[in-house]
Amino acid sequence: MAAATPLLKDELDIVIPTIRNLDFLEMWRPFFEQYHLIIVQDGDPSKTIKVPEGFDYELYNRNDINKILGPKASCISFKDSACRCFGYMVSKKKYIFTIDDDCFVAKDPSGKEINALAQHIQNLLSPSTPAFFNTLYDPFRDGADFVRGYPFSLREGVPTAVSHGLWLNIPDYDAPTQLVKPLERNSRYVDAVLTIPKGTLFPMCGMNLGFNRDLIGPAMYFGLMGDGQPIGRYDDMWAGWCVKVICDHLGLGVKTGLPYIWHSKASNPFVNLKKEYKGIFWQEEIIPFFQAATLPKECTTVQQCYIELSKQVKEKLGKVDDYFVKLSDAMVTWIEAWDELNPGKDSAKLANGSAK
Amino acid sequence: MAQVSIQDSEIDIVIGAVQSDLTSFMEEWRPIFSRYHLIIVKDPDLKEELKVAGGFNVNVYTKSDIDRVVGSSSSTVLFSGYSCCYFGYLMSRKKYIISVDDDCSLAKDNKGDMIDIVSQHVSNLTTPATPFFFNTLYDPYRKGADFVRGYPFSLRNGVACALSCGLWLNLADYDAPTQALKPGHRNYRYVDAVLTVPARTMMPVSGVNIGFDRELVGPALLPALRLAAEGKFRWETVEDIWCGMCVKVVCDHMGIGVKSGLPYVWREERGDAVESLKKEWEGVKLMEEVVPFFQSLRLSKAAVSAEQCVVEMAAAVKERLGPVDPVFARAADAMVNWIKLWKVAGSQTAVA
Repeated sequence: MAAATPLLKDELDIVIPTIRNLDFLEMWRPFFEQYHLIIVQDGDPSKTIKVPEGFDYELYNRNDINKILGPKASCISFKDSACRCFGYMVSKKKYIFTIDDDCFVAKDPSGKEINALAQHIQNLLSPSTPAFFNTLYDPFRDGADFVRGYPFSLREGVPTAVSHGLWLNIPDYDAPTQLVKPLERNSRYVDAVLTIPKGTLFPMCGMNLGFNRDLIGPAMYFGLMGDGQPIGRYDDMWAGWCVKVICDHLGLGVKTGLPYIWHSKASNPFVNLKKEYKGIFWQEEIIPFFQAATLPKECTTVQQCYIELSKQVKEKLGKVDDYFVKLSDAMVTWIEAWDELNPGKDSAKLANGSAK
Repeated sequence: MAQVSIQDSEIDIVIGAVQSDLTSFMEEWRPIFSRYHLIIVKDPDLKEELKVAGGFNVNVYTKSDIDRVVGSSSSTVLFSGYSCCYFGYLMSRKKYIISVDDDCSLAKDNKGDMIDIVSQHVSNLTTPATPFFFNTLYDPYRKGADFVRGYPFSLRNGVACALSCGLWLNLADYDAPTQALKPGHRNYRYVDAVLTVPARTMMPVSGVNIGFDRELVGPALLPALRLAAEGKFRWETVEDIWCGMCVKVVCDHMGIGVKSGLPYVWREERGDAVESLKKEWEGVKLMEEVVPFFQSLRLSKAAVSAEQCVVEMAAAVKERLGPVDPVFARAADAMVNWIKLWKVAGSQTAVA
């Protein structure tokens, strides 16, 4: 039996974007109460967000963001849950868990309530295996191991930077799929965690996500979305593509699978379609861009990788739409703001001191 | 997703008989296998008489058949032990082949139902694979699943799936050091997923429980990497691992897919990991060379068919791995001989 999962209660912040209320925290209380929360309040800053009793938290609304970042606040989205990345920037902890306010506690097939946070911690504290696929999924899980044929030299794995959880009930579909299948619910509990192989991109959903802020934090910029922007619902996607390219470059791992949360609210597919519309076309250009993106070996920190990526975004995606020129500038602003708020912290120090 | 309906007559079940008495194995699998044509190949090294259960539509091949088709000098090397199943792949004329080890029995899924490995493998092979972008909800073609937000629409047609790699409950396919270190370790976790192994990602394919599209990749499932002290337990072989990487390179090159996950078989206890480890761990050492080689292998545009891919791969093996260890030079030769044999005995027009 594995040792009990460390709590990491002084090393982990829970970041929650909200415009509504935080009633959902009541059901997460047994799992979250010991942790510090960072609430990022989107929308009208004059509204008061009620946080249930007993939680230790800091709350930032738009006025706070503007005050803290000054002109750099322009990189933080407004009227979109993308604003949550401000919480990542302002945190002082090593690990972040972010969850949407319509995500409830799910039950596993035995009926037991799932402590999603504990699973993310387990995922983040055990190595990833991006170099070679293990057919029995995460070999570091209790009850699993590396299969025959898996080279021993690769069994140490690499540090895990990201833990991507999934959703029962309302699946994370795009608007067209939601419109075609309004009644589809995800009822399949897949009891697996696995590392997304090196060189493979994936759609990263920000609803139920954990990451090592020291290893990858500066790459978790959720882009320019929402108010005044031509696109929405691509914040986490954008971050995920940047993160994966950088993780692959720096030799870090990304896991996906458990834990599940129960996604309770289906957003309006017509509203979603309007937000996603441009993204559906743009992703056809964006994906090949990221698939082909390479970073020079001189880029050994996350910030360096990210700035380099922003240049490539401007050069190659700038041709697709002017939005990407703006986005590229915002990516730079984000890094400047990150470094200002996190002085002296050199992200992604590698054991061997060099990038691939 | 609408599924193509496959006739039973398009499927062959190929069993390599490493044990001589197959009657209880066949009885166990009768509910699943009896409607299909079976090909049983007896390990040419097996001295005892092969016993099979009645009431099946089956072709049995033994050493004399292998000698007849191949010529007796090569047969004992190429098709001995677990590699006898490849003779079955050679002789088959069906589009889909399902192959399972003779020490496997029916497993139950997480609802307690018996798993029909044939229909699951066929379902995997007849629905598209998605190797170019990872879907976080796993196989989007399964009922109740779909592509997630952020998945490019242009990639949602998918590509043909050529290989379906199943898994094992109870005795998982670990190597000898792992099983010897954890003798009581058993796999009880039923993971209800099928997923496409992404393009350019290499993986260890276990020959214990597979299905494949013989028309697409038949020539690439080949017996080539034979260990010096290769034995009659999976712990003492790596031929399937080698073959699986060949197939993956071919699939990546041809832009077709490989899936992994369901179905599960129940793998019985057999052998002793510690004994196997004492006898043989050359395979474990060889993997250190094998994996980087396949990861970096790229084929030329001229290689269009699986056969052409294998010929190119064989040349690369000879050139780059041959100098490292003679076992690789022999593997390269075996690959070349296999393709010659395939052309003579394996292609659709050859007489079975």
